Amino acid sequence: MCTHKRLGLALVIVLVLCARVVFAQAPNLGKPISPSEIAGWDINILPDGSGLPPGSGTPAEGARVYAAKCAVCHGAEGKGGASARLIGGEPIKNMETDKTIANFWPYATTLFDYIRRAMPWRQPRSLTNEEVYALTAYILSLNKLIEDNGTMNAQTLPKVRMPNRDGFILRFPDRTP
Amino acid sequence: MTPGDRAKRALKNLEAVAGNGLLHRRALLRGGATLAGAMTGYTLASGQQLSEDPWSLAPGVTVPDYGTRSKYEKNVVRTLSNPKGEPRTQHARTPHHLLNGTITPNSLHFVISHAGDPDIDPDKHRLVIHGLVKQPLEFSLDTLERYPMVTRMAFLECGGNSAPLFSGEPIQATVQALHGLVSCSEWTGVPLSILLDEAGIDPKAKWLVAEGGDPPHVSRSVPLAKATDDAMIALYQNGERLMPGNGYPMRLLLPGWEGNMNTKWVRRIQVTDQPGMTFYEARTYAPVLPGGKAYRFYFIQEVKSFITHPSPGLALKGPGFYEISGVAYSGAGRIAKVMVSADGGKNWAQAALQQPVLSKAFTRFRLPWRWDGGPATLQSKAWDEAGYEQPTRAQLVAARGETTKVPSVNGFPSQHYNAITSWSIERGGEVRNVYA
Repeated sequence: MCTHKRLGLALVIVLVLCARVVFAQAPNLGKPISPSEIAGWDINILPDGSGLPPGSGTPAEGARVYAAKCAVCHGAEGKGGASARLIGGEPIKNMETDKTIANFWPYATTLFDYIRRAMPWRQPRSLTNEEVYALTAYILSLNKLIEDNGTMNAQTLPKVRMPNRDGFILRFPDRTP
Repeated sequence: MTPGDRAKRALKNLEAVAGNGLLHRRALLRGGATLAGAMTGYTLASGQQLSEDPWSLAPGVTVPDYGTRSKYEKNVVRTLSNPKGEPRTQHARTPHHLLNGTITPNSLHFVISHAGDPDIDPDKHRLVIHGLVKQPLEFSLDTLERYPMVTRMAFLECGGNSAPLFSGEPIQATVQALHGLVSCSEWTGVPLSILLDEAGIDPKAKWLVAEGGDPPHVSRSVPLAKATDDAMIALYQNGERLMPGNGYPMRLLLPGWEGNMNTKWVRRIQVTDQPGMTFYEARTYAPVLPGGKAYRFYFIQEVKSFITHPSPGLALKGPGFYEISGVAYSGAGRIAKVMVSADGGKNWAQAALQQPVLSKAFTRFRLPWRWDGGPATLQSKAWDEAGYEQPTRAQLVAARGETTKVPSVNGFPSQHYNAITSWSIERGGEVRNVYA
């Protein structure tokens, strides 16, 4: 038995060494790329505000951009049209309550991230960072989540407290780092 | 033993093992040819003479360079939720009732595109890995072709598949309409762990945020543990390059996990210390529970099964023998067992599982059944190797709720429905979706 165990141990060591050799032989063909080269694609905004660009916008500026580029689908003043409304929402009771920004979205940073990556639907990535800040400020103010003259920028946006921030339960806590 | 004895023995094997005509799962295999004769009662109409058909009497058409199916199969198509490409999401659902086996053909694999399928030039597409890594890297498709690859079967399921079954009243629709947002393919590609190792993961890293090159730049957060376990940058689907609707030229494959997380047209992976709380994880795939709290990070497509044959639209043609068949799958591993009932869950018989049973892939189950022409309610219930069992609808509704109004069959009142589906067989042989 003792010999078998030693053999087993030796085998494990050999396997580990082989695995390292395989790793060392990985092709390593990835081309190094610098942050400045990635910048044009680097659009993720994290909930702590990481990734937010320089610039700022106010609700009044956002109202003008909204009327020109968003109202056609989302309706005047965010009241909804062919696409979802962006204002209001009853408290969430069950699956039949409409999920809205005010009653459901846990982080205001998601608003900036999603507008910038996906909107307007026919011309994504066509908005300037200033316009995205302004639209974010406008929608948050429509929902009374910031003051009517609240300026949104990289410092203020992550601090906006969304009403439903604590409305979630992790489905698989052991798999969620 | 005389042929008569053998036939008697074969018929004995056909004795029901559970209520309402369910037969032993090996009855057909044991009975062999004798049994087949006993079952079908098929005979040629008297006086019928076999003769040559036109297609046997002259050369056929020239073999095409890319094959297409017979013109007689043109009704086997996906159903489209937005056929004119209006400015909203498009869904194409797999016709499970018209397919068999475990692999979904590429052109019938379900697709959800939030702003149409992008027309990507594979020579210009790039995959960038950056963030909390030692060295940000860029990979072209040609480069990835030189990496060691793996091949595996995996089902893909939209987190909103089967959502019409949240309706408080059963919606009359086909298995395609109810369960068509799941499909299964063989995928080939480069393990993501190799690429992450090459970039060098920072010890502070916990997540990655993957992003597509589609117009909405759909993005989702994935725990690093999944990314380094069995995640793949998939380049091939059922042996050929991915279809545009499934991410051409490359997609993230997270076997067994929520479809939307399997980023199509993947172009960028940022390694991070926190999740992005992107639109689709913060809002859309967060199912609301009774009382108003919502689940976050559902991740896994839990154990599920449904019967494809018979199913609504595939009416039975008179009493007699039928094979009940369907698919079972789990995002937690292999299917361990499938039981079938013909009396709405009072009695159950164990179905045969088509081998090989593979982890996080479709498993076809089958059970012979003798329909006596009376009322029957067919159900299937699956267990996986991790010990999870498919819930009854009553159990799922108790935990998750249901709608008071009947929603559109194309609607998504909630997500992650994996309860038992029930098909009622009516007197004439029609099949209806019921809650039993």
